[in-house]
Formats: sequence, C-alpha cells, structure tokens
Amino acid sequence: MQKTSDEIHWKRTTNLMLAHLAVWFFFGYIIHMFVNVLNQFTVPILKFPLGFYMAAQGSLIVFVVMLFVFAWQQDRIDRQHGVAEDD
Amino acid sequence: MATQTAERSDFIRNLGRLYGLYTGGFLAFIVLLAIMEQVGVPNRVLGYLFVFFTLAVYAIIGVATRTSQVSEYYVAGRVVPAFYNGMATGADWMSAASFVGMAGSLFLLGYDGIAWVLGWTGGFVLVSILVGPYLRKFGAYTVPDFMAFRFGGNFARFLAVIVLVCCSFTYVTAQIYGTGLIASRFLGMQFEIAVFAGLVGILLCAMLGGMKAVTWTQIAQYIVLIVAYLTPIVILSTRKYGVPIPELTYGFAIEEITAREQQLVKDGLATLCTAANCGPTTLKPHVTPFINYSPLNYFGIIFCMMVGTASLPHILMRYFTTPSVREARVSVGWSLLFIFLLYFSAPAYAAFSKLEVYTNIIGSNVASLKPWLFTWGELGLIQICGKNALNLDAAIAACKAIAGHPGVVRFQDFVINTDVIVLSTPEIAGLPYVISGLVAAGGLAAALSTADGLLLAIANALSHDIYYKMLDPNAPTIRRLTVARVLLFFVAVIAAYLASTRPSDILAMVGWAFSLAMAGNFPALVMGIWWKRATTTGAVCGIIAGFGLCLFYLVTTRYFPGMGVKYFGMTSLLNPLTGAPIVDIAKAMALPNAMESWPTLAHPLANKVGWFGLNNINCGLLGMPIGFLVIYVVSLLGKPPPAEMQALVDEIRKPRGKTVLEEK
Repeated sequence: MQKTSDEIHWKRTTNLMLAHLAVWFFFGYIIHMFVNVLNQFTVPILKFPLGFYMAAQGSLIVFVVMLFVFAWQQDRIDRQHGVAEDD
Repeated sequence: MATQTAERSDFIRNLGRLYGLYTGGFLAFIVLLAIMEQVGVPNRVLGYLFVFFTLAVYAIIGVATRTSQVSEYYVAGRVVPAFYNGMATGADWMSAASFVGMAGSLFLLGYDGIAWVLGWTGGFVLVSILVGPYLRKFGAYTVPDFMAFRFGGNFARFLAVIVLVCCSFTYVTAQIYGTGLIASRFLGMQFEIAVFAGLVGILLCAMLGGMKAVTWTQIAQYIVLIVAYLTPIVILSTRKYGVPIPELTYGFAIEEITAREQQLVKDGLATLCTAANCGPTTLKPHVTPFINYSPLNYFGIIFCMMVGTASLPHILMRYFTTPSVREARVSVGWSLLFIFLLYFSAPAYAAFSKLEVYTNIIGSNVASLKPWLFTWGELGLIQICGKNALNLDAAIAACKAIAGHPGVVRFQDFVINTDVIVLSTPEIAGLPYVISGLVAAGGLAAALSTADGLLLAIANALSHDIYYKMLDPNAPTIRRLTVARVLLFFVAVIAAYLASTRPSDILAMVGWAFSLAMAGNFPALVMGIWWKRATTTGAVCGIIAGFGLCLFYLVTTRYFPGMGVKYFGMTSLLNPLTGAPIVDIAKAMALPNAMESWPTLAHPLANKVGWFGLNNINCGLLGMPIGFLVIYVVSLLGKPPPAEMQALVDEIRKPRGKTVLEEK
C-alpha cells in the first residue's frame, strides 16, 4: 500500500523524536551513572574532574545545541512534505 | 484595525532598540549608585533605591502595555518573536528557587546538588520535542483548553484545572516567600509586611495587562536578574584568577576546596563523612557523588524536574504567544540558552562562596567574625555553635558553652541557611554594598517574574476555563476580563497569606510543584498528541490515578507520616552512604505525638518516611508511570475515538494551516 505524504511526514517526525530522546537520555542519565569512573580524569587546563564537569556544564551545552538542531531538522522535514507554515 | 496592526509591528520592530536602551539605562543606574556609595550615602538608602526603582520600572511597563482585548490578555496577541519569548520564558522559569536557592543547595550538597541544575535544563528538550509546538498549533488559551477538547469536555477540563491550581499554587507560595525574605533583609521590613509589599508589584503587572503586560515585563526582569547574578562572580573570578569568566575558572576553586577539606580534617576542625558515621555535622567532600542523595533519589530528581518542566502550565502557555509553530520551536532553544547562562554559573557561585567560607570563617578565631554575619544571624539564618548568631558576644558565649571548644570556628560550628548563600556572597567576599543591593534586586526580579506567570496561569484557568467555559459561556468580554482580574487578586492574597506562615524551604516546595504537574499532566498531554487511540475515559482515569497517587504520597509523608507507617507500610528513608535508616521508626512511633496529623517540620517522621526509600519530592516517579499505564489499558478496553477526533489530531501534527481551536 502506498503511503501518503502525511504518513511519511509523521513517520519521519516520530523517528526524529526518538533520536533526540535517545541523545537526551544519554546525556541526562547514562553518562552520569559513570561519574566515579569519569572523575578519575581531569579536564585539561580547567582542572575540573570530568564527571563533575559533564554534570555541571557538559550536558547542559549538549541540551542547548540539541534544541536548535532539532528546530532546524523538524522544519526541514515539514518543508519537504509541504506542511510548513509560510515564511 | 489596519492602523492597529501597523502600530503593533512598529513596536515589535523596535524591540531591540527599546530593550537596548533599557539595559544601558540599568547599567548607568548601577554606576550611579556605586558613585553614591563612595560619597557616603548609607547602605539602607541604596537598598531602597534599588528595590523601588526596579519595581517602578516593572509597574510602568505593566501599565503602559495594559490591554482589554481578549487574545492579548490571554496569549499576548500571538506576536512575541522567538528570541524575546525565550527571554520572557527565562524569567518566567527562573524563580526564587533558581536565583536564591540553587547555588545554596550546590554549596551544601556539592555534586549531588547538580541534580537540580540538570533537571531544570534538560526538561526543555521534552517541551520542544513532545509537547510545546503541538499545543501552539492547537491554538488554545490554556492547558485545560486542550484537555477539554481532546478528551471530550468539561470533566477533563475540570481535572486539568485542579492539577494546574495545585501545582501552580504550591509554586507561587514559594516565590512570595522568597520576595519576603529579600525585602525583610534589605529593606529592614518585618517579614509578614514585606510579603504583602512584594504583592503590590506583582499585581500591578499581571492584573492590568494579562499575558501581554507580563511578557514585556518579564523581558525587563530577565535583564535585571542575569546582570545581578553574574556580576558578583565575575568580579570574584577576576580578582582571584584574573579571568572574568567564572564558569571557566571555578575548576581551580574546586581544586582548592578539595585541598582545604583535607586540611580541615587533618587539623581536627572537621569530621569526614565515612560509612560508619555520615551524620549532618560531618564534612561531605564537594565533588564526591551520592553522599547526600542516593543514586535513586539523584536520578529521580533529575527525571521529575525534567518531566515536570514539560508539564507546568505556566511554562507551556508561554509558547502559545509566538506567531508560528516554527517560532515556538526556535523559542524553546532561546529559552534554554538564556536559562543556561544562569544555571551553568550557579555551581561557580557555590564554589566561590564555599572557598571563601572555608578559608575566611572556618578555622578563624570566633572573636574575629565579621559584622555582616550577624545581620543574617538576627533573622535566624546563620548559627554559630548551635545558637543564632545575634551578635559577636552571643557567638562567643555560645562557643564557650561547648565543653572543650578550641575558640576557633570548627566546621560543625557554622550553620548557614541555604537560601542565604547567594544573597550574602558579596558580603562574604567583602565586595561594595552596591553589589549586595544589585543581587537583592535580581532576586526580587526572579521571584516576581515567576509569581506573575504563575498567578496569571491560575487566574486564566479559573476565569477562562471555569467561569467562561463551564459556568457562563455567553459572558461578554468585559465581564470575563473583570472576573479574571478579581480572581487574580484573591489568589494572590491567599498565596501571600500562606507564604507569611513560612511553610517549608523554597526548594522543597518547588520540587513538589514539579512532581504534581508531572503526574497529573504529562501522560495525558503526551498520549493526547502522540497516540490517536487515547480515549476520554482512559485519560480521565489516568489523570485521577497518577495525580491521586502522587498527591497521596506527598500528603501522607509530609502531613500524616504516622498513618503512613501504620497503615501503608512506609519505612524510614535511608542514609545514602551508610544505608542506615535516618530515623528510628519504632522509637518515633512510640512517642505520644507519633500519630499526630498536620505535624510541623520538627515532627520526627515528617518528610522522612516513604516507600522504596523514595524522597517525597520524587512522588511524580510513582504517579507518572501509573498514569501512562492506566491511559493505555483503559483506552484499549474502550472504543477508539471518533474519526473526526483522529482527523483533528492529524491537524495538530502539521504546522501549516489554521489553528484547530479558533478562540474569540
């Protein structure tokens, strides 16, 4: 059965959602479960223990960048399927 | 109508210049006050000038942008550009808990406190990906609007209003409490009076102009709060390490703290927290994880704060104000960037002030304590040797009373309320008073801006959802807005009254609000958008089950801990390092007041019992999964929603086209 453009649009949107949720989960939780391992390393020059640094700054930077990337990617998907708003 | 549109876009185009001028004016004002301090104007006067000047500016913006048009009142006419909406969301989001409380918690908890930083930033990812833009396309005025439409009418609307009022009200009480704390310290007012004084500022903005006025005021408040937050640590960083970027240099401060911690233990001035003894008076190393929160509670807080972010109505409704779905998404990015500026600085704040305390207070002679300490001691917020530090003599006497006290301040002798850290850091570091005044103005901006947003969310739900949609659907515009304003006033007064009774600390109250929002809203919002098969019965049952369980856990552990232990099998929370119970249940239950209801925080069991060792801040962790499960199972048991509804869900998923709901 041929899928309509709307269906493909939603499929791609869902996949994008899942991909970003995976990144979110990794930097929000998984990486901090290994804080003791990471703390054995030190961030060069800045002298932070790595595990501490990832929680205090690293993950936050990832979240900010992720949001702008997501906005851009989702808009591209919308445009390719003709469901984006007029500029 | 045409002239009005032209006027509006003129205003929008000039936003950059207007706020640029405003920022310049504010900086000039700080410089002016700094000069006044040098020529000898007393501190009290500087404090008053700071607070009243900034309050006046907010009030002027509020009055100048007042409105009597319904769509401007509820969603600011949907014209706020992404960048500025991001800034307004930043102020809406960052409350007294972020500004005043967070660095203090990081000071106290070290690594474990970062759970709050992570939780309060990562949630915006969920807002953007799962919820926000879809609600913007739907075109509602309030979150309950969406629930009512998607889940068949007024019962779902009513439940959503209950969830909204519960979480927003808990949250707003914490903000007004913060306002009172700042005003009583810097203006020398009585705490209870200060609380009501803060209210006047809040009401002037929110009552007259609704969302429109609140938006333009919040942007002004963001500028004040971020300048105020960053200034002291930029100065400290420059002075100590020669680089004006504290976020890069506080790694050195942490290194020094760790060295100093070992020194204190070696000198016998502190007892290190070990598996055998890790009580509240022991020193817990700053970078060591999981000694204040168990891993379960650490990740629980992160998760609850993140999901709570994506469920809080006063945040979600900010994204109703953008001109398009696309801008709503970009706006979430800007929001987090502006919030990030403060949050990645908070650990630096904690590190710098901890280093100052460890080097200048602990280990120094009791007789040489600095006078600033006693202004906080008078408010009961700093204790030396177990007694409120009212003045130098009292502190010396208190320490003398301890047998074998060496005469220098030991680690366990110095207890500081976490809400004081940020407000007192300029004094701890010996900076000019003008910086203290600036920080107070910033804290006030943070508390007021969040309180504005929250009160508006509550009043909108009551006037729009309860009054207009449920009670009197034919009410004319004027009457709807009047009802909104009157309700706003009463809600604010009740919240101020509650705040003046000092219910708990700021961070705990805010944590509860997040968990309640998460358990009540998140499953229904996400399933409503992402699963067409979700039915009315499913959603209604899910909200009741999830929200009910969270509320039950919270109320039982806080107010009826005796009953929780006796009837619901609750046990003591555990010490994260030693695994030992933090209270002796058998002993506490034998006390005559064990079964007392509504106990004060001094009750031996209040907030200290639960299931699975789960802190009650994390009650959303119980409620949310149950909510999802119930919606899923009950929906599948019933008939699928009608085809028209499924078609409308499809509409929400496509940015193009008109909003689904056309409000008058």
